[in-house]
Amino acid sequence: MKIMRKASRSKVITYGLVAIAFIIVQLLISSGNISSSLQGQLVPICAYVVMAVSLNLTVGVLGELSLGHAGFMSVGAFTGVVACISLESIIPFTILRLTVSIIIGAFSAGVAGTLIGIPVLRLEGDYLAIVTLAFGEIIKNITNCLYVGVDKAGLHVNFLTDATSLNLSEGGRVIIDGPMGISGITKLSTFAMGFALIMVTLFIVLNLIDSRSGRAIMALRDNRIAAESVGIHVTKYKLMAFATSAALAGAAGALYAMNYSTIIASKFGFNTSILILVFVVLGGLGNIRGSIIAATVLTILPEMLRQFNNYRMVIYAIVLVLIMLATNDDNLKGFLSNLRNRLLPSNLRKGKKGAENG
Amino acid sequence: MTFLSFLISGLSLGSVYAIIALGYTMVYGIAKMLNFAHGDVIMVGAYVCFFATTRWDLPPTVGVLLAMVVCTALGVLIERLAYKPLRSAPSLAVIITAIGVSYFLQNAAQLLWTSNPKVFTSVVGNSSIKLFDGGLTISVIAIITIIACIIIMAALTWFTGKTKMGKAMRACSEDKGAAQLMGIDVNFTISVTFAIGSALAAIAGVLLCSAYPTLMPTTGAMPGIKAFTAAVFGGIGSIPGAMIGGLLLGIIEIFGKGYISTQLSDAIVFAVLIITLLVKPAGLLGKQTTEKV
Repeated sequence: MKIMRKASRSKVITYGLVAIAFIIVQLLISSGNISSSLQGQLVPICAYVVMAVSLNLTVGVLGELSLGHAGFMSVGAFTGVVACISLESIIPFTILRLTVSIIIGAFSAGVAGTLIGIPVLRLEGDYLAIVTLAFGEIIKNITNCLYVGVDKAGLHVNFLTDATSLNLSEGGRVIIDGPMGISGITKLSTFAMGFALIMVTLFIVLNLIDSRSGRAIMALRDNRIAAESVGIHVTKYKLMAFATSAALAGAAGALYAMNYSTIIASKFGFNTSILILVFVVLGGLGNIRGSIIAATVLTILPEMLRQFNNYRMVIYAIVLVLIMLATNDDNLKGFLSNLRNRLLPSNLRKGKKGAENG
Repeated sequence: MTFLSFLISGLSLGSVYAIIALGYTMVYGIAKMLNFAHGDVIMVGAYVCFFATTRWDLPPTVGVLLAMVVCTALGVLIERLAYKPLRSAPSLAVIITAIGVSYFLQNAAQLLWTSNPKVFTSVVGNSSIKLFDGGLTISVIAIITIIACIIIMAALTWFTGKTKMGKAMRACSEDKGAAQLMGIDVNFTISVTFAIGSALAAIAGVLLCSAYPTLMPTTGAMPGIKAFTAAVFGGIGSIPGAMIGGLLLGIIEIFGKGYISTQLSDAIVFAVLIITLLVKPAGLLGKQTTEKV
């Protein structure tokens, strides 16, 4: 039997970890050992894990800072829910309808990612970051002015007016009500579905990284000019990574939205984009497993800090700054490794002395 | 007449953005970092002035000065504690730290002063000037904001161009290593830059809240992002660029609100930014650098 390649082994470990975590949580749920507030967090955690993994593709693997990732989540969430509501009579089977909605959400976010990516990816560094921020805000703003309704004749879309001017026939239903967003969503998302989406995301991202295209993308990140000069098509590969990342964010958005009864556009603003970026950076750039762990831990952390009540977000902020300082400050790093060096040998020495005495 | 009145409120809002953007652009120019906490320093400045004038009944000038002192100290402290250790770290680590500081300021403000909005009393009262037989009303605060912006701009241009400290700043932003070899204290220069930026943020906070009187822990966030956009729009790192970017952004926002749609004004502002950057990738006055292989 052939020995597994190192990359494949690492992939299997990642899949395995997620699967084990899923099984453990399922066991905890069935034995009733999990608090209801944590149980309510399970689907959002899955959505955030998918968001973090997909953003890591843009920031870690492609090496471009994106500050508008929540915008794609928003596109996926709104189109996904609209699709889900309008398909209610056509596909009565809920799991299939949820899957179709997630795919539609992913597809539309992917299209948005491609359209935005073509002009934006020509820019570099902080300029690219600010333009992605701008697009995120534009998406939020436009969704706030969007009115969509459905009746027998099909979908009605209106912009900047109000819900009554949709001219819905009798039995019609307003889906997106401008700044009020969508209300009365049937909660279809389940933890199992979230788990499945994480696995699909991991499959797509890990295989993309470990392919010819993935190596081209990483070559662009490490040295664009050198990569270009050996014939790597810059726009094509940048766009590939960016659009994939956007599509996965859209899928996460659809999953996330169908866990709540109401969603509004302002939920997917700059702060959410930043939240996801924090997951990616703390998990380690380009480190997929790190993103999964960071997204999970940092979503649970504010819940765990609930006993500190009002102080919890302050503590969260301090922890965030301290982690960044501890991992990047040379003095502190030197101090920590010194401490380790000093402690370890002295322990050994003590052990020896003890042996001599005894 | 409506055109003139829109233009003046646009210039006034733009002046606030310009003052904030100056802080962003100076810090970016010298430390090459996006200081996301800058918007929250604005909020702190506004709160200090609010408490000084309404709770302790101090005169407005003292309130503004006190806000400037507190914000300067805060800016230098943040730089020393959070950013200085990361001077050689990758830029993403610095951004996340700045975001952490921003969260900290917002949530600390929420703990100290609760999230209930406070009504900020304007430092110059609510008086206004009527021109053309009442056809055009200009609030005094709008005029003061525009004048303050012009004075700050002139002072900063003089400071960076003529004084020794200003020259040191420009030297540091060009090449920190070479500047150090010439005997410039780089750390001190960066601290001074943060001090100036934060003092400007305090002024901006007071002016902003005098014109739009709701004061909350999140008050600084959106103007912060807009001013950051303005700095990039004008070419980040360039002082005249920040000024022009801020003014244009304010005018576009008010005209967008007045003539197109209130709800879409933010989208219009950001769309203009995107189009500008696509045509001029380094902003209006930014230096276009060609990459050498």
